[in-house]
Amino acid sequence: MSTLFAENLVGPSIRWMGISPLLVLLGGACLLLLLGSIAPRWPKGSYCVFTVVVSLATAVAAMLQWHDVTKNGPKTLIADAVALDHFALLATIAIAISIALVSLITDDYLRREDYDGPEVYALYLTAAIGGVVMASSNDLIVLFLGLETLSLSLYLLAASHRKRAESQEAGLKYFVLGGFSSAFFLYGIALTYGSTGSTNLSKISAALSGESPFSQIDAMLLVGIGLMLVGLAFKVSAVPFHVWTPDVYEGSPSPVTAFMASAGKIAAFAALLRVLVVAFPTRIDDWRPAIWVLAILTLLAGSILAVVQTNVKRMLAFSSISHAGFLLVGVEAAGHTGGNDALAAVLTYLLLYAVLVIGSFAVVTVVAGKGDSHTTLDDFRGLGRRRPAMALALTVFLLAQAGMPATSGFIAKFGVIKAAAEVHSYSIAIIAMLAAVIAAFLYLRIMVSVWLADSTNDAELSVPLGAGIAITLAAVFTIAVGIYPGWLLDATRMVSNLATIAVQAVDAATDTPAG
Amino acid sequence: MHEHISFPILTAIIFLPIIGALLVTVLSNRRPEWVKLCAILFSVGTGAMSLWVLASFTTSSADFQFVSQHDWISAWGISWHLGVDGISLFLVALTGILFPLVIIAIDPHHDQKRYLAWLLLLEAGVMGSFLSLDLVLFFLFFEIVLVPMYFLIGGWGYDDRVYAATKFFLFTMFGSAFMLVGIVATAALARHDVGFLTFDLVTLAEHASFATNTGRWLFFSFAIAFAVKVPLFPFHTWLPDAHTQAPTGGSVILAGVMLKLGTYGFLRFGLYLFPEAAVWARPLFLTLATIGIVYGAIAATMQTDLKRLVAYSSVAHLGFIVLGTFAMTSQAVTGGVAQMINHGVSTGALFLLVGMIYERRHTREIAQLRGIQKVAPIFAGAFTVVMLSSIGVPGLNGFVGEFLVLIGSFQTARWWTIIAATGVILAALYLLWAYQRVFHGEPDEENSTFAELKMREGMVLLVFIGIIGFTGLYPKPLLDRIEPSVDKLIEHVVSRTDFVPPAALEVEK
Repeated sequence: MSTLFAENLVGPSIRWMGISPLLVLLGGACLLLLLGSIAPRWPKGSYCVFTVVVSLATAVAAMLQWHDVTKNGPKTLIADAVALDHFALLATIAIAISIALVSLITDDYLRREDYDGPEVYALYLTAAIGGVVMASSNDLIVLFLGLETLSLSLYLLAASHRKRAESQEAGLKYFVLGGFSSAFFLYGIALTYGSTGSTNLSKISAALSGESPFSQIDAMLLVGIGLMLVGLAFKVSAVPFHVWTPDVYEGSPSPVTAFMASAGKIAAFAALLRVLVVAFPTRIDDWRPAIWVLAILTLLAGSILAVVQTNVKRMLAFSSISHAGFLLVGVEAAGHTGGNDALAAVLTYLLLYAVLVIGSFAVVTVVAGKGDSHTTLDDFRGLGRRRPAMALALTVFLLAQAGMPATSGFIAKFGVIKAAAEVHSYSIAIIAMLAAVIAAFLYLRIMVSVWLADSTNDAELSVPLGAGIAITLAAVFTIAVGIYPGWLLDATRMVSNLATIAVQAVDAATDTPAG
Repeated sequence: MHEHISFPILTAIIFLPIIGALLVTVLSNRRPEWVKLCAILFSVGTGAMSLWVLASFTTSSADFQFVSQHDWISAWGISWHLGVDGISLFLVALTGILFPLVIIAIDPHHDQKRYLAWLLLLEAGVMGSFLSLDLVLFFLFFEIVLVPMYFLIGGWGYDDRVYAATKFFLFTMFGSAFMLVGIVATAALARHDVGFLTFDLVTLAEHASFATNTGRWLFFSFAIAFAVKVPLFPFHTWLPDAHTQAPTGGSVILAGVMLKLGTYGFLRFGLYLFPEAAVWARPLFLTLATIGIVYGAIAATMQTDLKRLVAYSSVAHLGFIVLGTFAMTSQAVTGGVAQMINHGVSTGALFLLVGMIYERRHTREIAQLRGIQKVAPIFAGAFTVVMLSSIGVPGLNGFVGEFLVLIGSFQTARWWTIIAATGVILAALYLLWAYQRVFHGEPDEENSTFAELKMREGMVLLVFIGIIGFTGLYPKPLLDRIEPSVDKLIEHVVSRTDFVPPAALEVEK
């Protein structure tokens, strides 16, 4: 039997070092679950510390690989199914940073809400595995596996607060709608496979660019691309596939919302870029208008609908939609020839926004209080007097999200606008900036509540250690990047430089046997 | 020349208030007088440095002086490039003088620490906007000033302050939205001409040449931001609200220096970067400026609130500056720049005085004020001088700028100037009429206890009146420094367009 297996099933050779970030995450998740169920109860805060250590180790592993990629160039691993390039690694680092920050918020939250345990952290880690796989996939099937790993973890996380009906509702809603979108995505993969003969992104690209017979079959391919776009647009919560976002963001436990808005978005956008830029560069004229429309709808709907909200979590949900619109502007720019700066711009935006949104939700988590229910604008009244430092941090996050200069938000927006302007997409850039003005109204409303509104609420508000650290780190990062962004831009510029080469190198490699 | 000066004085002018703001935030609240002293020291220090720049400025030179240039975000070609020339010199000095005066003259009603911190940050932002010679750096400061001003209006203003602050923030941000896209597009399009990506103003202006239509689009993306900031009709609606609701200090700063960001922007970025488009758009902007002058004056006449009246008079006065800018003769532009300073001084002082009236009477309704001249003659005297300066009476500073604008504009924009000249008469009408109603007559019961000018208030006003009188009687030092830079700018415009400055100008020279 064993010899038979060995003859028939020859597994691909695996460069273990190349997927070390994934392995660290996987090992961490398994260890946490195992030890968590064997040992009775860990000392206070140790689940959180463990998760932070695992995520930092992931980031370190990714940085080691970064060094390697810089030296030896990008490559594909495991039978070309996984890409190892700066793009994937930066997304990995961003996701790792997100988990670390979110874990810090989660620590006290779980004790406050009385369901402390390793499960939530383990789910963060598995979700991160899914996200990293999505960001580094070079094959649609692998991408789908990553997508499902991420999504299933997120469904559970959304519903993880067992005592809150809203949390259950959010989980179920997300699960049902998410299931739909996954089905769309899967059907899209099937049609793409049917029209190109492969699920490998590089091979799809080669099949569509050469003289191969596949390059003629258009209708099926277009439907395939369209369905995949629907699936991914759902994940990035682009309008009109956004309806789940406000409900799920509002209902989910606040730290989990932070996680969805940061790590979830990074993974989804990274996957979207990979699919569009790597697999369908020859079909730019087909998908770019779709992205253009999605971007404008998302920008306008996200910012306009945000204005009438009164619940801060919902407001931030709509603002995250409007940010997704901004990111789509970058994706649109990536669709132009010579628009490769856009890749770096989008990833930088994702990283900076992740920190901002986690910082904002960290403050929301603290203010929400026991039961996670005090999240209306009125609950934020007088925060400036009760907790000036935290209110100041929140102000920094909000101003940064509005794109004020001297904060990271400006650098993020500037990068995307620059990418769009360089490919002459002026109209979409102006619409994006105008949407930012509308969205600024929303941030001003929160700031009015925090600083300017009269308040009788002088109740003591204690900031737990973990959340305090997360908020401080995020605020310092926001200002530091805003004032001195050079180092970050130099690092992320390599993303586009090398991601392009990676695409071309892979193209060449697959072209040779095909042609 | 001071190009190789070792001490980066302009950078210090920007950073000193920031350090002051941080220090004020850190200082203990238990000793409010120390906090105030700290704020005063830092603002006076900044003011002293700006005056030092004024004193050691090379008069005859049209170039940027005290230049400091460093790489900042090299990946995007953005540099920390500061410099001062005749156009920005006096705006910097005015900013340096105005802030310490505001800090000394006015005590906030609550939360002194935060108030002072925001004021100092605002000073850094305004200074940065006037000194930046890099488009992105300018945008950074131009936009960042919104935040402290928003909190000053929203936190320390009057009844409707949150509405006014939000309106102010969103209006200005709306304009900036276009400008940011314009800035990025300018640099991206100029990349071909320049050879590399840069946002440096001088490099772009000297080397980039845009296709006619492109240049016009880009010009308008900048112009809309400045038009909102000035504010030019029809973008002016935020101004009366912001001014009326802002605390006195905020109004003084807003009118004194922040509105000039718009008019300064037109000169520094609009005309300099896109001369062709600016010449092409002249009729539009001359018309809007003239409408602003007449409309602002008529609206001011009808106000019942003294502060709102002064706010509308700003719309009219800034119309003159824009008129001068787009008349594009040496005299008109020089007059416009001088008018920026003079308006800053006289309207700043007017807002200060209106603030004092409100402090004493808790109303700004003209109908409720009467006969103040009888009870507070010195106060009335100070008000008279400032008001006459605002009207533009010869011998006081307001006359210099307005006269130069009118005489310069008459050569290239005759009909607009004729209509605009009615604004001068209307200014006399609304201000004198207001004065008559507020200060003349017999004081009724409530006004009979109107307190006379206090020592501190008097000292502050004396500085204003000193500047008003000096510039009015002897404007030469002012004009001598402004003119070379203005001439150079007009030469730049003329050499790149078919715009011909009038021959009369040469004769008068």
